[in-house]
Amino acid sequence: MKEIKVLGGCCGNCDTVMRMIDDKAKALGAAISLEKVTDMAAIMGYGVMSTPGVVIDGKVVHAGGMPTPAAIEKWLAD
Amino acid sequence: MDPFRAIADLVAFTLLGLDHGTGTAEAVHFFVEDSLKIFVLLAIIVFVIGVFRSMLAPERVRRILGGRSRAFAFPAAVGLGAVTPFCSCSSVPLFIGFLEAGVPLGVTMAFLIASPMINEIAVILLATTLGIEFTLLYVATGLMVGLAGGIVIDRLRLEGWVEDYVWKIRMGEVHLAAGPSTLPERLEFAWRQVREIVGRLWPYVLGGIAIGAALHGYVPRDFLIEHAGSDNPLAVPLAVLAGIPLYSNATGVIPVAEALLGKGVPVGTVLALMMSIAALSLPEIIMLKKVIKAPLIATFVAILFAAFVAVGYLFNALYS
Repeated sequence: MKEIKVLGGCCGNCDTVMRMIDDKAKALGAAISLEKVTDMAAIMGYGVMSTPGVVIDGKVVHAGGMPTPAAIEKWLAD
Repeated sequence: MDPFRAIADLVAFTLLGLDHGTGTAEAVHFFVEDSLKIFVLLAIIVFVIGVFRSMLAPERVRRILGGRSRAFAFPAAVGLGAVTPFCSCSSVPLFIGFLEAGVPLGVTMAFLIASPMINEIAVILLATTLGIEFTLLYVATGLMVGLAGGIVIDRLRLEGWVEDYVWKIRMGEVHLAAGPSTLPERLEFAWRQVREIVGRLWPYVLGGIAIGAALHGYVPRDFLIEHAGSDNPLAVPLAVLAGIPLYSNATGVIPVAEALLGKGVPVGTVLALMMSIAALSLPEIIMLKKVIKAPLIATFVAILFAAFVAVGYLFNALYS
C-alpha cells in the first residue's frame, strides 16, 4: 500500500490533484492511502516551495503545477 | 488591417448594427477586439515560453540567492523575480524558503515586490498593445521599485517583525526529476501550460477587458481629464489607493491601462495604478500576515505606496 500525501495551502489546485490521484487509483485498483498536508512547516519540511506537491512513501515526486495523468499512473504502478 | 480590429468591426457594426461613435458601439468594439487579441496573444506567448521552459522554479531561485552578498543578491532578486512565475498563494512558502536559505529579509521582499509586477507574459502583451516605450518604462520602474523597496526594508532592520515560527522551520532538500527533454514532451508540456495558465488567468483578463470597455465607451474624456488629468495633483495618490483593494495580475490590468491612456490619462498616473493593482493587493497582504507582524506589513505597504506615487509624479512630469 502506497502512502500518498498531497501538499498544498490555499489553491483549489490541490483538491484537483487529490481527486485525480483518487480516481486513477480506483481505476487501476491500486491500494493507497491519501492525505492532504496543509501545514506550512510540514510542507517546507519536504523541501517544497511551489504547490501542489506530491509525496509518495516519504519521497517528493512532484512540486508545482498540475501533474499529468500519465505521471500519476506511473507513480501508482511503480 | 489588423485582423482583430476587422472582426470587432464586423461584430459591432455589421452583426449588431450599432452606430459608429455611440458609447455602446465603442464599448462592444473594444471588448471584442481586446478579448480576441489578448487571449490569442496570451495562448501563443504561454505556448512558446512553455516550449523553451525559461521559467525558473522558486526552489532554484532560493539556491541561487542563498548565502550571497547583498551586492549580488539585490539585483539578482528583482531580475529573477521578473522571470519566475508567481501567484499570491506561493508568497508564504516563498518567503519562508528564502529566509531559511539565509536570503536577507530585504532581498526576499525585493523579490516579492518585483515578481507579481513583471513577468514575461505581461511584458510581451504590453509591448504589443501599448508599444515598446511604455513597456520599457513599466519594466524599468518596476525593477527600480523592487530594488528600492528591498533596500529600504533591509536598512530598517525589520527582522524582529517576522513571526518567530518562521525562523524555526527547517527545510528538507528535494531532488526532482528533470523536466521535459524531447520535442514531443516539450510541446505537450507547453500545451498543458497554456491550459493551466489561461485557465487561471481568464477571469482577471476578462474582468480587465470589461472594465476597459466600459471606460472606453461610457466615461467621457473630459471627466477623466478633469479628475485624473495632470492638473489634479491628487490623481496619482488616489490611483495608487484605488489599486490596493483591486486585485488582478499584471495581465488583467493591461486592457484597463489601454483604455485610460486612450482617454488621455497621463502616463505616470496609469503606471502608478497598474503597479498598485499588480503588486499591492489585499489577498497578498492577508497571506503575508501569516509570516510577518503588522508593523512590517504596514512598512511594506507604506514603502510601495510612496514608491508608486513617486513613479507617477516622475513620469507625469517627464511626459507632460
